This record gives sequence, C-alpha cells and structure tokens, in this order.
Amino acid sequence: MESIGHELGIWLAVAWLLPLLGFFIEIFGGYWGTRLSKTAAHMAVVCIATGFVCSSIAFVRWGAVTDWAALELHAPVSATHFYEEPNAAKHSGHGSSEAATAIKKSFSGQYYQLALFGDLEIAIDYYIDSLTLVMFMMVTLVATCIHIFALGYMSDELTDDHIDHEVHLANGSHMHRPGRYYRFFSYMSLFCFSMLGLVLAGNIFMVFVFWELVGICSYLLIGFYTERHSASTAANKAFIVNRVGDFGFIIGLMIIWTWCGTFQFYEYDSVSQSRPGLFQMVRTADGQLDREGDVVYLQDGQGHRLVNAHNQQPIGIEYMLLVAAGIGIFAGCVGKSAQFPLQTWLPDAMEGPTPVSALVHSATMVAAGVYLAGRFFPIFTPEVLLTIAYVGCITLFVAATIAIVATDIKRVLAYSTISQLGYMMLAIGVAGWVAGLFHLITHAFFKSLMFLCSGSVIIGCHHEQEMTRMGGLWRKMPVTAFTMLVGVIAISGLAIPGVIAFSGYHSKDAIMATSLAFFGLNSSHFLLYFVPLITAGITAFYMFRLWFYTFLGEPRDQELHEHVHEQSWVMTGPLVVLAVFAAFCAVGGEHGYLFRLLADSEPAGIAAGTIGVSGIALPTHKQVGAVHMTAGAYALVVACLGTLMAYAFYGIKILNPEDVKRQFAGVYRFLVQKWQFDKLYDVMFVKPAHIIAGWCVAIDRGIIDAFLHRTVKTGVDVSNWDRRFDEVVIDGLVNSIGNVTFAFGRSLRVLQTGLLRQYVMFIAIGVVGLFLLLFVFFPK
Amino acid sequence: MGEIGLKPYLLVGAVLFVTGIVCMASKRNGIGVLMGVELVLNGANVNFVAFSRYTALGLDGQIISLFVIVLAAAEAAVALAIALNFYNNHLTIDVDRGNELRG
Repeated sequence: MESIGHELGIWLAVAWLLPLLGFFIEIFGGYWGTRLSKTAAHMAVVCIATGFVCSSIAFVRWGAVTDWAALELHAPVSATHFYEEPNAAKHSGHGSSEAATAIKKSFSGQYYQLALFGDLEIAIDYYIDSLTLVMFMMVTLVATCIHIFALGYMSDELTDDHIDHEVHLANGSHMHRPGRYYRFFSYMSLFCFSMLGLVLAGNIFMVFVFWELVGICSYLLIGFYTERHSASTAANKAFIVNRVGDFGFIIGLMIIWTWCGTFQFYEYDSVSQSRPGLFQMVRTADGQLDREGDVVYLQDGQGHRLVNAHNQQPIGIEYMLLVAAGIGIFAGCVGKSAQFPLQTWLPDAMEGPTPVSALVHSATMVAAGVYLAGRFFPIFTPEVLLTIAYVGCITLFVAATIAIVATDIKRVLAYSTISQLGYMMLAIGVAGWVAGLFHLITHAFFKSLMFLCSGSVIIGCHHEQEMTRMGGLWRKMPVTAFTMLVGVIAISGLAIPGVIAFSGYHSKDAIMATSLAFFGLNSSHFLLYFVPLITAGITAFYMFRLWFYTFLGEPRDQELHEHVHEQSWVMTGPLVVLAVFAAFCAVGGEHGYLFRLLADSEPAGIAAGTIGVSGIALPTHKQVGAVHMTAGAYALVVACLGTLMAYAFYGIKILNPEDVKRQFAGVYRFLVQKWQFDKLYDVMFVKPAHIIAGWCVAIDRGIIDAFLHRTVKTGVDVSNWDRRFDEVVIDGLVNSIGNVTFAFGRSLRVLQTGLLRQYVMFIAIGVVGLFLLLFVFFPK
Repeated sequence: MGEIGLKPYLLVGAVLFVTGIVCMASKRNGIGVLMGVELVLNGANVNFVAFSRYTALGLDGQIISLFVIVLAAAEAAVALAIALNFYNNHLTIDVDRGNELRG
C-alpha cells in the first residue's frame, strides 16, 4: 500500500515538475533562439502533454490498485439515485479505522522536508485522492489544448518587430517592440507548474506558496501586453485585490498552526510515528466536531482526543477561533475565485491574451479557490459554510446581471465565469461538496472551450472584441460557431432529459438539487435556492445572447465581416477536443464516472448530514436525492425560458432590446457600471488612500524635506565661509610669499646682461671687493 | 749675485693677472678674450712657482703649474671650438653680439 502511494507520488511529481523544467529552459528562449523560433512553444506543449500522460498513468495505476472501487455502484441503479446509496459502504479513505476491510484510496506522503522549526515542519508533501487525480487530468488536458491553441493565437508575436496597435505613442504612431512568443509560453509553463503544485500539495504551507505562485503568474500573464496602460493597471489590480484575500488566508494559516501545530492535511502513510493531519484533528472519523461548550477538542486520528504530552489534558480549540480560521481561509478563496466582494479584478484581467483568459482566468486558477474550499471543507464550521453559501449566492447573481449588458465578448464570458464560480461556492456552502467540484470540472471544460472560441472569433475579426460589430459569423467560421454552441448549451444547462444532456446540465442540476434540499430544511434561507434558480435563467439568456449576437443575424459591420475567416487546425483542433469533453465529460450525471470519482473523495459526514449543528441543518444525500427530479425540472424550465427570451430578443427579434434599454434606463446604467463596485471601491479605498498619501507627501515635503533643506543650506553657508577663509587668508599667504620671491628674482634678472665682458668686470670687482672686506674685517 | 726675493715674482704675477683681466674686460674680439684668460692663468702660474720655494719638497707649486698649463691648453682647444661655432652662427667673434643669455 505504501509503495503505490509512493509510485503515484512519483508519476504526479513528474507531471508537476516538467513544466517547471520547461519554464527554466524557455525563459532563455530569447538567448538561444531567434524571436522567430517556435521551439520554446513546442517545448511547453510537450511538457504539459507529457504531464497529461503521466497523470493518466497515475490515474490508471490508482484505479488498478483500488480495483476501481470508486466507480462501482453499491446499490442497484434501477429507479434509485446515487445519493440513496448506503452510506456505510462509502468512505473507506482518510484513515477511518472502522472500515477495516475497505480499500485505501487516498495517499499522502512527503517528497522533501524543507525545514523543521521546533514543532513546525515545512515540507513538500503530497496528498493524492481521486479529486487530486481528476484535477491533475483536467488541468493538464485543458492546458494542453490551450497551449496548442496559443501556438496559433500568439503567432503574431513571432517577429522581431511587433506593432502593438493598442499603444499610441506621443508622436501618434504605434508602439514597435520585439515579439515575445517564447516568453508567453514560458509564463504558461510556470503557471502550469504552480497550478499542479497547488493541487498536489499535502500541507497548507505548500498550498500558500503555490497560491502565491499562481498569483504571480496571473500577474505576469494579465500584464503580458505590458506597454498597454489598461493591461498593466489590470495586472496591478488583480495582484492587489488578491492580497486582500491572502491577508485573511495568512490569518487562517496562523490560527491553524497555533492551535493544531501542524500544516499537513492527513498523516503520512509511510511514517509510523507521524502526527495526525490537520483534518483528522478537527473532525472525528464520521465528520463530527468534538465540541463541548465553546471548545472543540482535537482528535488524534485513532478515535481519541489528542492529549498534551506534558499534562495529559485534552487539547482544544475555541470554537470561534475555528470559525475565524475558516473565514480566513475562505477569504483567500474569495480573492482567488473572484467572489463578492473581491470580484472586480477578474473582468479587468481580460486584458491578457485570450489563451490566458481561457486557462488562468476561467478554467483553472480561479477554480483553485473552489478547489481549496473543497479541500478545507472539514475545518469549515456551519457558520462558515453559511457565509460561503451567501457569498456564492450574491456573486452568482451580481455577475450574471452584469453579463446581460456587457458587449465585449470576453467580458461576457468573464462575468459568466464569476457567476459560475459563485454557483460552485454556493454548492460547497450548502454541503453539496461533490456538486460544487463536479461543476468545477465541467465548467473548466466548457468555459475554456468558450474562451478559445471567443479567441478564434477575435483573431478572425482582427482583434475586434465588441459583439456589436459582429453578427452572422457562423457562415464564415462554422467550426468555431458550433463548438461555441456546444459550450453555450452546456453552460445554460439545456437538455432533453433522458435523451441527451451536456455536462453543464448534470452539474448545475446537482447544485440546484442540493440547494433545494437545503432550502427544504432551512426555510429562512430561501434566497439560497431562488436566486440560483433565477440566475440559471439569466445564464441561459446572456449566453445565448452572446451566441446570437456573434454568430447569427446579419453582419453589423460589413467591412469587418468580409475579412473574417476560419482558423487553421492548430486553433480549431483544440476547440473540437474541448467541445467533446464539454459535452460528454459528465455523461451519466450522478451515475456517471466523473461524479462517482469525485464522490469518492468526499469528506466524511456530508452524506449523512451529520456535520451540521447550531441551528443550520445540512441536507443528507438522501434528502438531496429526493428533490433531485423537482429541482432539475425547475432549473431546466427556467433555463429554457431564458433561452427563449434570448431568442426573442436577438434571434428572431420580435422584441427590441433597445426598447427595454430605454424603459429601464436607470437599471441599465447601473448594470453597465457593474453595480458601481469599481466606483464604490474607488470612493472607499482608492480615494482615502490618495488622501492619506497626499498627507504623507505634505509631511514629507513640509517637515522632513524642509528640515533636510535647512540643514543642507546651513552646510552650504558654512562651506562658503570656509572657502572665503581659504581663498583670502591661506591662499593669500602662500601667494604673497610666492610674489615676493618672484619679484626678487625678477629684480635679479637685470644682472644677467648676457655681455661676457661685463661678467668679467663683475668677477674682478667682486674679487677685489671680497679682498677689501677681508682686510677690513680681518686685518691680521 | 744676491737673492731676488719673492716680491718681484709676485709683482710680475700681479701685473700679468691684471693685464689679463683688463684684456678680458676690454677686448670685444673673442680670441683676445682667450688671450686674456691665458694671461690670468700664467699670472697664477708665476705665483705657484714662486711659492713652491717655501714648501717642504719645493716642487708642489711647479707640479700644479704644469697641471694648469695642461689645463689651459685643453681649455684653449675647447674655447677655440666654441669660438668657431660662434663664428658660424654670428659671422663674427664679437663677444658683445653673443648676448642671447640675457635675463
């Protein structure tokens, strides 16, 4: 059992580290190659594709060892639902000792210990369960497709003299710069490494490190066109907004370490005396909190309370601190997953190249917040879960309403991403753990697909992103149009039940069912059901609006339309692959392989609904299953209504959107200005920061600088006096000595007549004179 | 025949010396100046020879005067070379014309 964990660790480590190796080679692409060379890009593709192969091998090995137990149905399928499976047969993982016969399906271990400070161990750990494996395969597959797409999309960078038409120089011309093809791919490789490290991480410290690494990659990629003011501002905004979330994350991290004394998730398989992991401490084997009054007692992973080695007293953590830790960790997820109130950075992040939007800002990195919320589910108390649910609920509604009025094709998709992330958070908040992560995976496929399609449209329209200038493109770019349609149907959740259903239908159904069951148990939280239900309709509306706007109808800009063309296979190939996955990755719904794989990693206690306390009842799988058909039917009806609305407005045009716009001008303006969030933050944070900065400047100028200037002025004055003294007294003395000497020498010059006979006379007279003196002074 | 004594020798030496000085100081001809130098040297020689009588060996002054004669010959050779060069440069040997070293 140990060896298989080790083996999986190695396969995934290869998949994880290859992009890093690629990055280190590619970043020097400008030195060992020319800017016209595609070598770096090919290397990036090979690295990530090999990563996919390794992940798949790891997955197959994992399945072979566990006899594919995760995929087996434990109950007769007939009319029953997955949720109605007997709970006892599930959850053998996570070291729960009661299921001795069950097969171990999760593996944790250590690659390398970085440092040990007293009790604090900093290490590179891995934790592998079905969620890790599915995430690995999803990320590497989507990333491979996007890398290949980017080979074509970024090809205008393959030049020594790239002209950036968005940058206007002072003299009215456009910015010329060398192409940065290789650099784009090296950043992408670094991002893949960071994302995979985040998924593989076996302790929170490592999560935090890779969390920041994906942040920096995101910064580099958003600001890829760094000369554009909008791009560099957007990169800064993304980075700074994420810092706000990370502040909470660090607080959560500190609370957890102070009280639990460990960073690692679960205890290692291979080391016998290793301590229980974080999640084992907080929850008992069946997912309960061992709570007495305001104290939650930590567990030792064997069904007993963890005791202090010195005084044998059980170790506990204040319940409110656990809540604070949960909120803190979730704050990090809010930042990274662009949830309310930190959602403002994501639409601006669309300044990056479209493949970046597809990979980083829709499919993987922003989903990392949801992934982390899923991983940390065991430490979330019901209060935290409720917070998560409401945050998700607000986010999904706000973003969806803004998407209705957005006209930039990428911005519509960006708001749709935020909205879908809200759905995932909502699902996790109402204890629909599997539903949330299920939606994460399906969303990754259809959203990356739609972003790549939009990239294809943007390239086809020569970097025109406004939908108001498009229209009727399906004849010109049929592959893009129909793959996009697959994505749109998937995200809208349209289906013919029982006949055909794309992935989004299944995952959204699962979420709706969970929230309906939750509403059934806690009727005061009715918003958590009705808002997502309505938003399902809005989602269908704005997605079909986008599709009708772009691909159907008459061309709005004839000139633009004439130059549109379909892309080469490098760009359409990935679209087709992703479309297949977007359509069929969730085939079978709750009975399908993907759902059952994810359900295998579900934390203990969710299925039985036993984790809920303090007045908030969480639905059991049985309760969820009972309302599944109802919830699915309502969601489908609402989605169809949304689609019909979109068709009425933008398809056959029996309703005129301009009329509605005029009728609700106030609402329209409010939505176009994104619910005034940017303005609000401007007033709340940016302006005060500017004012305080102004004060600081005044203090700097008025006091510190003035003092320094006064000091310096005094110094200059003293020096001037010193100089005068030097010049007048000392130099004067030296000069006067010199002058006297000079004058004396000058006066002696007249003796040097140059007349030989005169010299003789001088000598003779001199000698006579000397003799005379001799006689006068020394007579005898 | 009685002793002539020292004084007449010194007198002759002094006359020669003064004559030489006057010659050097008054002649504008370079060769004349050289002749004045010779006179001065020989005036000194007479003194040396005269005084050598009063030394222990009686020959010191004579040896020195021989040196002086040799020296004078050498000096004359050098001085004549200077005079020739002077002539080449100035087309005359008037020493008053050679006043380029004036201060």
